Amino acid sequence: MATFQEFIQQNEDRDGVRFSWNVWPSSRLEATRMVVPVASLFTPLKERPDLPPIQYEPVLCSRATCRAVLNPLCQVDYRAKLWACNFCYQRNQFPPTYAGISEVNQPAELLPQFSTIEYVVQRGPQMPLNFLYVVDTCMEDEDLQALKESLQMSLSLLPPTALVGLITFGRMVQVHELGCEGISKSYVFRGTKDLNAKQLQEMLGLTKPAGQQAGRGPQTTQVPLSNRFLQPVHKIDMNLTDLLGELQRDPWPVPQGKRPLRSLGVALSIAVGLLECTFPNTGARIMTFIGGPATQGPGMVVGDELKTPIRSWHDIEKDNAKFVKKATKHYEALANRAAANGHIIDIYACALDQTGLLEMKCCTNHTGGYMVMADSFNTSLFKQTFQRVFTKDVQGAFKMAFAGTLEIKTSREIKISGAIGPCVSLNAKGPCVSENEIGTGGTCQWKICGLDPSTTLALYFEVVNQHNAPIPQGGRGAVQYVTQYQHSSGQRRIRVTTIARNWADAQSQIQSIAASFDQEASAILMARLAVYRAESEEGPDVLRWLDRQLIRLFMFHLRRSPFLQVFNNSPDESSYYRHQFMRQDLTQSLIMIQPILYAYSFNGPPEPVLLDSSSILPDRILLMDTFFQILIYHGETVSQWRKAGYQDMPEYENFRHLLQAPVDDAQEILHSRFPMPRYIDTEHGGSQARFLLSKVNPSQTHNNMYSWGQESGAPILTDDVSLQVFMDHLKKLAVSSAA
Amino acid sequence: MPQPPASSHYGSSVQQNGSYTQGYLFCLLCSLYYLFKIVFPLKNMSSPRFPPPPAASSSFGQVPQSPYQNIAPQATPSTHQLTNQISNILGTFALNSLYCEWLVSTKLANNNLNKHEPLWNKDHLSKKDILIQNSPQNLQWNICLNLCFNLGGSAGPYGGQLAGPQPGFPGSFPGGAAQMAGPPQKKLDPDSIPSTTQVIEDDQAKRGGQIYATNLRGQIPPLVTSNFTVQDQGNASPRFMRCTTYTFPCTSDLAKQCQVPLGTVIKPFATIPKNETPLYVVNHGETGPIRCNRCKAYMCPFMQFIDGGRRFQCAFCSCINEVPVFYFQHLDHMGRRMDLYERPELSLGSYEFIATLDYCKNNKPPNPPAYIFMIDVSYTNIKSGLVKLLCEELKTLLEKLPREEGVESSAVRVGFVTYNKILHFYNVKSALAQPQMMVVSDVAEMFVPLQDGFLVNYQESRAVIHNLLDQIPDMFADTNESETVFAPIIQAGVEAFKAAECSGKLFIFHSSIPTAEAPGKLKNRDDRKLFNTEKEKTLFQPLKGVYEQLCKDCVAQGCCVDLFLFPSQYLDLATMGDVPTHTGGSVYKYSNFQAEVDGTHFLNDLRKDVEKPIGFDAIMRVRTSTGFRATDFFGAIHMNNTTDVEMAAVDCDNALTVEFKHDDTLNEETGAFIQCALLYTTVGGQRRLRVHNLSLNCSSQLSELYKSCETDTLINFFAKSAYRAMLNQPLKNIREILVNQTAHMLACYRKNCASPSAASQLILPDAMKVFPVYMNSLMKTPAMVGSPEISTDERVLQRLCVMAMGVEETQVLLYPCLIPLQNMDVSSSVLPGAVRCSEERLSDNGMFLLENGRLLFLWLGQACPSELIQSLFNVPSFAHLPEELNSLPELDNPQSKKVHAIISAISERRTNRMKLLIVKQKDRPEILFRQHLVEDKGLHGGASYMDFLCYVHREVRQLLT
Repeated sequence: MATFQEFIQQNEDRDGVRFSWNVWPSSRLEATRMVVPVASLFTPLKERPDLPPIQYEPVLCSRATCRAVLNPLCQVDYRAKLWACNFCYQRNQFPPTYAGISEVNQPAELLPQFSTIEYVVQRGPQMPLNFLYVVDTCMEDEDLQALKESLQMSLSLLPPTALVGLITFGRMVQVHELGCEGISKSYVFRGTKDLNAKQLQEMLGLTKPAGQQAGRGPQTTQVPLSNRFLQPVHKIDMNLTDLLGELQRDPWPVPQGKRPLRSLGVALSIAVGLLECTFPNTGARIMTFIGGPATQGPGMVVGDELKTPIRSWHDIEKDNAKFVKKATKHYEALANRAAANGHIIDIYACALDQTGLLEMKCCTNHTGGYMVMADSFNTSLFKQTFQRVFTKDVQGAFKMAFAGTLEIKTSREIKISGAIGPCVSLNAKGPCVSENEIGTGGTCQWKICGLDPSTTLALYFEVVNQHNAPIPQGGRGAVQYVTQYQHSSGQRRIRVTTIARNWADAQSQIQSIAASFDQEASAILMARLAVYRAESEEGPDVLRWLDRQLIRLFMFHLRRSPFLQVFNNSPDESSYYRHQFMRQDLTQSLIMIQPILYAYSFNGPPEPVLLDSSSILPDRILLMDTFFQILIYHGETVSQWRKAGYQDMPEYENFRHLLQAPVDDAQEILHSRFPMPRYIDTEHGGSQARFLLSKVNPSQTHNNMYSWGQESGAPILTDDVSLQVFMDHLKKLAVSSAA
Repeated sequence: MPQPPASSHYGSSVQQNGSYTQGYLFCLLCSLYYLFKIVFPLKNMSSPRFPPPPAASSSFGQVPQSPYQNIAPQATPSTHQLTNQISNILGTFALNSLYCEWLVSTKLANNNLNKHEPLWNKDHLSKKDILIQNSPQNLQWNICLNLCFNLGGSAGPYGGQLAGPQPGFPGSFPGGAAQMAGPPQKKLDPDSIPSTTQVIEDDQAKRGGQIYATNLRGQIPPLVTSNFTVQDQGNASPRFMRCTTYTFPCTSDLAKQCQVPLGTVIKPFATIPKNETPLYVVNHGETGPIRCNRCKAYMCPFMQFIDGGRRFQCAFCSCINEVPVFYFQHLDHMGRRMDLYERPELSLGSYEFIATLDYCKNNKPPNPPAYIFMIDVSYTNIKSGLVKLLCEELKTLLEKLPREEGVESSAVRVGFVTYNKILHFYNVKSALAQPQMMVVSDVAEMFVPLQDGFLVNYQESRAVIHNLLDQIPDMFADTNESETVFAPIIQAGVEAFKAAECSGKLFIFHSSIPTAEAPGKLKNRDDRKLFNTEKEKTLFQPLKGVYEQLCKDCVAQGCCVDLFLFPSQYLDLATMGDVPTHTGGSVYKYSNFQAEVDGTHFLNDLRKDVEKPIGFDAIMRVRTSTGFRATDFFGAIHMNNTTDVEMAAVDCDNALTVEFKHDDTLNEETGAFIQCALLYTTVGGQRRLRVHNLSLNCSSQLSELYKSCETDTLINFFAKSAYRAMLNQPLKNIREILVNQTAHMLACYRKNCASPSAASQLILPDAMKVFPVYMNSLMKTPAMVGSPEISTDERVLQRLCVMAMGVEETQVLLYPCLIPLQNMDVSSSVLPGAVRCSEERLSDNGMFLLENGRLLFLWLGQACPSELIQSLFNVPSFAHLPEELNSLPELDNPQSKKVHAIISAISERRTNRMKLLIVKQKDRPEILFRQHLVEDKGLHGGASYMDFLCYVHREVRQLLT
């Protein structure tokens, strides 16, 4: 028997699932006592290059309320050609195509190694992919130029059959008609007036003539494969390149002391509406590029007077941010509309100031879109990140997937409480839905419009088995994850993951339950819960709740992380950080909570060191990865050496190697991560060193620096409590009965 | 001083009064005898007669201040019935029942009608003597003519057979009228009644070709039809200002008594012939024009300099003002400034000032105006070939945009919009390789989608514009969109001007009633049942709401709207034309437009319209000397208050009519002064003030007033006031008022100025001797006559056009020019003399040209000489002419050349380009032609000239007794 560590690793590699507990307490009462609920992190599109998609459709349980997919856990009667559903115990006939089934001739889905299996749905039309660019034109020429180039570049990355569209906005919103000869056409909308899908459809002339529709009859209501605004890349490649090339800065004059009028809210609304009425339930990305906050119309986050700055956390707490609620409502409505149609909204916000990500966060969070924050479109951060959106796998297909739904099926003893991640509820009630909601609950199906291999959902379960109805020894609870999505090739695919865990009686087998605890997964699951609550509740309450819930190392850093602390972060930054945290997989999430610190010195090979101020030593180079930033910090001595130029002298080649080592490592991270982190190269006393200093545990501060050895580490000027103090407090609290 | 008539045309009936009394009486007797002879057989037929005048005709005694507002409401239902019945009976009589109806309704209004009394008193005179007279003390000439006034028909008052359903106003057709008329009721020589053509000829002979110097106060200018050269010597040229009378009565009592309206027709941008001096532009630099401190009148020749030139007294309010130091000049021994002739504002009637920033919007110099072409690209316009034609034409037309004098290229910027139920704006920035189209489909709240590149300089963006114009017809070639919007496009224009901070003009080429879902959506409200009812006025009223606001917006922004309509059916012109007529724009209508047939006509109109001199964002103020003031303004204008006339644009054809009322007595010594000041932006974007000054005489003698009346101006005044009243009153009332006022004017003249004569004589003042024919014609215009034959839009269009017309246009509209061509002198360069507009003047073997400023007919008699037909149409004879004759070929022979020369000479004079209609005698379209023979009985109702004179005479007699 492998260790739990191995088991967990194996499970994650195979199924993309990590449970907080890998042996489940067998009654509701015991489960609630465990503080950390039974929950899982699930990565639906976990990369499995070894998993060939199966070219037929799954076999479903015939019970209408179940519809579980045939899986290795099902009991099969090969003679009678029957199988019993392991969730509802319904006995089902195999379909005629399975006539040749026998113990030696099993279909793949019955083999234990195919606990995760992917089917390709053959029916239905090939769905096109839609990419709708929504481009802000209120920006500096330099920025706009960079953006235009990035967009032009992106056209070459799209499959030729993908449909593209272009909406530009400034004071007005322009929907460009593509593929016009001789004259370029666009439909222009006022930036202050919101339109519903029907109005928009009429105004864009997308309504089918009534007579035509009646004549064709309802049987052939096929979705048009393109329209004037969304055309296949191969057809309008040149046209769109020219169009983008001619794109000018918004021509409306901006008076002194004013912000440009930016109709982001309406532009987004039109984008959503356009796709809604032309390609519902078809994979589509609305890629929004903004160079500043929305300043007019619905969804505006700040007025156009420069003298009134954009809201801060302080304003929001004081209820002094008059646009926040209205704007949030606007974007929420849009997000829900987009999500309902399976469309993704991406936001690429590149500006030095805030752009209203706080208000718009649900657009990305509900639709599985990307939120990218950078200072300018003319930075490698944006350019690389944007390019990485179009990453392809070995088959040359996009790694991203579209219009997904996730359905959870559970054994009777366990129910699903909810999900936290880039998804929206599909409000599918069923027997496996718990009454206790955690996160997005009350349903067993979620829509995940945008998926990529790292998209990870946290799913929370509730053990409902009553104490007095014990589960027989060796009983297993099972969970099936059914993910349907549109592959970038246009195919519909279904990925089914079925897992089972043992039940254990908490009273008699508390040891085995404890041993099955997955500390990392639990930490992330709890952190997600905390962030989810932080989004919806007041900050301190969440911290208090968290403190009551769990006492572990992680929580010290989590408490200090930007996910929960808004101090020193703008509302936009908080939204951005939280957005990333809510969708990344476990490893990345761990980095976000507790940054990794590597030390490079002449004393030995690079080693991970404690995220503590004591790790900051003069003769060390530190490499810190916070997920959002990659920071190289040269200790005092090292930086002096560097300034003296030792690295250029042949006799100090080893110093040059030392300097190069962290840079190489950083490059490696930079190349693989999405979104691309901010790369910082700093030194002792450098202004950028603050990023490091704010992360490390302030074991030495100006308050206590003299009580510690002055030789080790650098003092941090902060009033924050150190881990030591924190732990002391926790110890006290943990033993006192008052908590 | 009036001179004896140059022509002997009136022959025996015109005589010098005074020493020749004998002759005069003789003449009268002769004509009586003549009459008896003709009338005799009629008398035997016991024709019905007119009743005696109503006993208490109180309404004639005092005339309400503003007659159109105080008309008594309709009678009770029972009397209504009676009215109908009566008019039914009357319909059978040859006398045009128009007047009978007036008569009866007048009676009903007086409540003096006894229902049991016979309507027609048999022992009333069946004939009358009508004397037309001008009676200044010494040189008085009387035009005496005797008319038979016969009711014709054989039916008595009770025995009359009812001539079918008569909608209160029998439309009589040529055939039907003849039948109903019974035996010919009059055989009076029609030449004996005053002839307009004669008057025009006389004036041309007397004053044509001469120089008219405007140095005298109250000087009566030549007729508008005469050719004369104006020399500005202190009063504005009659081309700019023309008064109803050049002698104002001194008191309001006199004015009330005579009922002659005091008014002036101002055409501030009137075209000046090449041989006259254009207006001088005065630049006073930063101080701006010198004005009276109190009334703000501008410096003009009427200002009196006193105190050695240090001060001046305002001629308008008598305020004494300091002369600014820089403007000081010594006076000569006559008390005139030494620099009188160096300064236009001291010596001329019309001149311009350069305006300072104080006269500009927001104290910023204005931008040059812009022209936006808005082309309806719905199915109709594509199909008719309009869009293609227009786009092709614009390429050359845009080269000829109006420009400031002496400037090489026009500063006017241009923009393009096409639309059906959505709007397409075009970015034609010169930097672009190809034009960009921007579609705005949100018509509910219009906005302009682009700032830069919409309004461009044509010369700079020529390539892009041509590219665009080439593409537009193709882009919409297979459209099947038939719905259009209207109000949003005007809104878009206003917004565009607002964004560009300029004024300008919208050229809208529109096809159909705007039914698409948008503000200003219209529906068909053309209800022929309303004709001749109380509610008829609603057909002329524009719908309120959106369009009312649009008018205001347009005027505020200086956005003039020119509307070119290409309808195939009703399009509620009353509402659609509302904005153009309030912004100084014009409305053109081409029904059932076909590019091949009507293309030339339309393009001619368009060219003229685009090229014509124009001023924008204008505001006008009419100041008067003490004792009277401007009270009412008629025209294509907008007024926010009672004094400032606002016009989004004013072009060379725009005229407005101003009415004056007394508020004190006028002094005969000082006379009356009128100053019209117009602040506007030139096509080059310069702000200027145009000032027209006019001085008039004042007199306490009514005869002086009558002597200096100007019939053409008077009729312009009446036409405009009547056409405006159409919006609020039933046509019946308006006609009644017009006749009453005519009768009043004549009765007053008779009472106060004419020498005593027999009551049976109708006496007309010389200056107004053709007034009745114009008045009669006015009442017969399609707008004033509800007939199912004429579409509502056509009537509305006429109404709208007349509101902006100047004297010249109303004159020819109401008395078209009928030119015989059969005997034209091919070698001479002058136009053949016109003949009277009557069917009697036509002859089977003749060929006539008729024009009224809007339409041009070529009438071909059935027996027209074949040679003439051959030389004009290149076919052997009349019988060989094709069914559809659309154009007159240009052939290389003297006749054809002459006819074309005549036509172009006529067209040159007119504001609109006229479409030539060729009408063959006895052909269906002849009806259209005959409508314009204004001396005849109207085809759709309305009396003949003769009948009208008789009727007016009777009214006059009633007033006098």
